[in-house]
Amino acid sequence: MTSRTPSIAPPGYLDAASSEPLHHAAREVLATLLGVHGESPAPNLLDAAVWVDPTRRYGSARRAQILYDQARETVAHHLGCRSDEVSFTSSGTQAVHLGITGGLAGRRRIGDLLAASAVEHSAVLHSADHHRAGGGRTHLVGVDPLGRVELADWATAVAQPGVALACLQSANHEVGTRQPVAEAAEICLGAGVPLLVDAAQSVGRFEPLPTGWSILTASAHKWGGPAGVGVLAVRSGTRWRATGPVDEREAGRVPGFPGVALAMAAAAALEAQVTSADAEDVRLTRLVDRIRGEVASRVPHTEVLGDPIDRLPHIVTFSCLYVDGEAVLDELDRAGFAVSSGSSCTSSALEPSHVLVAMGALSQGNIRVSLPRGVRTADVEQFLDVLPGVVALVRAALGAPGS
Amino acid sequence: MSRIPDASGGQGTPLGDLVVDQRGRRCPLPVIELARRITEVPVGGVVRVIADDPATTTDIPAWCRLCGHDLIEALPPAATEAWMTFRVRRLT
Repeated sequence: MTSRTPSIAPPGYLDAASSEPLHHAAREVLATLLGVHGESPAPNLLDAAVWVDPTRRYGSARRAQILYDQARETVAHHLGCRSDEVSFTSSGTQAVHLGITGGLAGRRRIGDLLAASAVEHSAVLHSADHHRAGGGRTHLVGVDPLGRVELADWATAVAQPGVALACLQSANHEVGTRQPVAEAAEICLGAGVPLLVDAAQSVGRFEPLPTGWSILTASAHKWGGPAGVGVLAVRSGTRWRATGPVDEREAGRVPGFPGVALAMAAAAALEAQVTSADAEDVRLTRLVDRIRGEVASRVPHTEVLGDPIDRLPHIVTFSCLYVDGEAVLDELDRAGFAVSSGSSCTSSALEPSHVLVAMGALSQGNIRVSLPRGVRTADVEQFLDVLPGVVALVRAALGAPGS
Repeated sequence: MSRIPDASGGQGTPLGDLVVDQRGRRCPLPVIELARRITEVPVGGVVRVIADDPATTTDIPAWCRLCGHDLIEALPPAATEAWMTFRVRRLT
């Protein structure tokens, strides 16, 4: 099994930060459970009936419950918490929404202020909008030009009276910069404010996960698990209160029938990724180093963004003057490469990415490259060969100076 | 003095700035136009860009930083005007 490609990424797929290709460990679990066994069905799962209600009082239900608990235990072990602190949700976004609304509701008597960095994922910012729409207050903390939250401002923000919850990502999903979560958590502890960490881009990586959180959220499809599984971990002792209807599922945090099969596949992928993450994350880090260097030297008038060293292994973002991001995406797509952009020129967005704005970075011609695990080095090399010509083509079409 | 630009574009204003009116044009066109037109003023001269694309708020300051020009001021939209004004001094 170790000789196989860990996942099946289509050639030219360089958008892992949006979604990591499904890991073969997850694929095998799902195939086995669906009865469409591939070459290596998981023998212990061949007769598992994961469609039954695991809370019922009969053998197959108890068996499904055991498998579901094992998935939860695997995730909890990796997050460094107890399994009864972990709930599965239907997405990372739902985990963030529930984590924030519940965290705020649990401390309503203390105050109505939500503090968060200005570069959080839109799921956090949408929760902040929702909170404001309900009469609550929010305080967004600025970042430095690399995208890292300003700790002095963070300390000021969480020390205000009435802070119910603070939110900080483990690392930025657009530029890769790691956040100083340990220091931020220490500050929160001193202020008596619970901290929610959005760890979506970090779970399943080799690097140690942040500690000191009260609530942590993650998303399985970011680590090569299936879409449809999010993780909401709430430390025991944290004040958390559901704001919507509840039932008996997931400790009363996430209502609805559990997706046992998807959770099992997510856990299998996580375990497999963590086992091989050491060498692969080093390889991805070096490939990103190479992209950072070559983009800066081969594409004129380009700014490579984010922290070059203290960053995620797989994400790099750069902005090219005098081009529109959408045109570059289309040309790269035509050349067989899948990447993403935070430019406002890109469809559906009138405003440029809030992350780039908060950093004061150039937003036009913005391209995010994020390497899936197992990415072929040749794909990265071809991308680097194609990019300068694509940017030059778009510049010429727009009549950019010097083109 | 009114902030409403001279409709003829490149003509002088009371400030002596070269006015580049980019209202209604979207990213990255205002920055491209600024880069082309700045060569029309001498080093030390000032170009005034009027724009209403939100991306210019970050991209004109970033262009100045990347190309070594001086952003003298960036005026946000006023209560009665939906556009922004940037004054850039040519340094090279």
